[in-house]
Amino acid sequence: MTKLQLITKGLVKDNPTFVLVLGMCPTLATTTSAINGLSMGLATLFVLFLSNMAISAIAPAVPDKVHIPVYIVVIATFVTLLQFLMQAYVPGIYNTLGLFIPLIVVNCIILGRAEAFAARNGVIDSACDGLGVGLGFTASLTIIGMIREILGSGSIFGWKFISGDGMLAFVMAPGAFLVLGYLMVLFNKYLKK
Amino acid sequence: MAAKSNFGSMVIVLTLTCLICSALLAGVYALTAKPIADTNSRNLKASIAAVLPEGVEISDGMEIEVGGQKSVYYVASKDGETVAYAIQSTTTGFGGALTLMVGLQPDGVVYNTSVLSHSETPGLGAKCTTDKKFMDQWKGFDTSSKILSVKKDGGDVDAITASTITSRAYTLAVKNAAEALKTIGGQTND
Repeated sequence: MTKLQLITKGLVKDNPTFVLVLGMCPTLATTTSAINGLSMGLATLFVLFLSNMAISAIAPAVPDKVHIPVYIVVIATFVTLLQFLMQAYVPGIYNTLGLFIPLIVVNCIILGRAEAFAARNGVIDSACDGLGVGLGFTASLTIIGMIREILGSGSIFGWKFISGDGMLAFVMAPGAFLVLGYLMVLFNKYLKK
Repeated sequence: MAAKSNFGSMVIVLTLTCLICSALLAGVYALTAKPIADTNSRNLKASIAAVLPEGVEISDGMEIEVGGQKSVYYVASKDGETVAYAIQSTTTGFGGALTLMVGLQPDGVVYNTSVLSHSETPGLGAKCTTDKKFMDQWKGFDTSSKILSVKKDGGDVDAITASTITSRAYTLAVKNAAEALKTIGGQTND
């Protein structure tokens, strides 16, 4: 597989949200608006990219019996690092995402990619895989966030195009399930052949 | 493929991993500690300044009991005279703790209020930070003559549409702050 294929497969064929159905907790909870979905996606992309590279580099030296604790420590390190950086330089976004940043540690996409890909492939390939899956996750979360924001608040990326409220249910939990469900159906019908 | 697992290799790999990771984190923490502290104090200062008149001197935080909980208040003075107090007040809203900064003049008239943190429902209770009509009614609200509860409960506060619980919590926070003001007032007048 070429490097480009590694990146694009994360967007469509192995899309973490609509095809692998991983990382549902942040997907449902943080997509109340397009900008929130985008920020959560980018935060995950950052961790996934770095942890994939680090894990593929150290994997040959890690004894089999302790590989999970080692991976978790590596992932947790990058998440905490991200948390410090976000708190220092983008406090607004940090406050909105709050609890869901530390929860990236237990996002199954990240450990999933570490186990299934990074541990068996080279550093460059793993970086491409992390980038691809991360971009796929970011794109999915942004789309869900956009749809929920348009229907629920009548705005897009914070820019209001109708006055008053939208259909509030879409900003709340039930709307997350509805939008995710319909998008999954459409995605699997038209894009994933 | 993965290295062979024996006691020695496991101990060495785990120790090394944790050592490198903690060193990295300690480094980044040292780098970001100052910007984080700066942002936090700037946010707090901005939220205090937002509920007080312009051009006043704000004191350091002092301890006070608000609604049975430990809290802090700040005194705003101009030319040596106390013009207002900013009192931090926490109550329970619909989704969790709702923390306000309430700016009060010594006579019990609200100067302004602002939300420090909340976990209300987006699109409903969360409007307590954006709803102009709700927020503006607090400016100049006289806590000594008006009744501090929402109209539904027979008070003088216009609730946010479909968010009565949040509005009640907000009102209670202002009420607690107004009551706490009396204890401050008592101290300074003596």
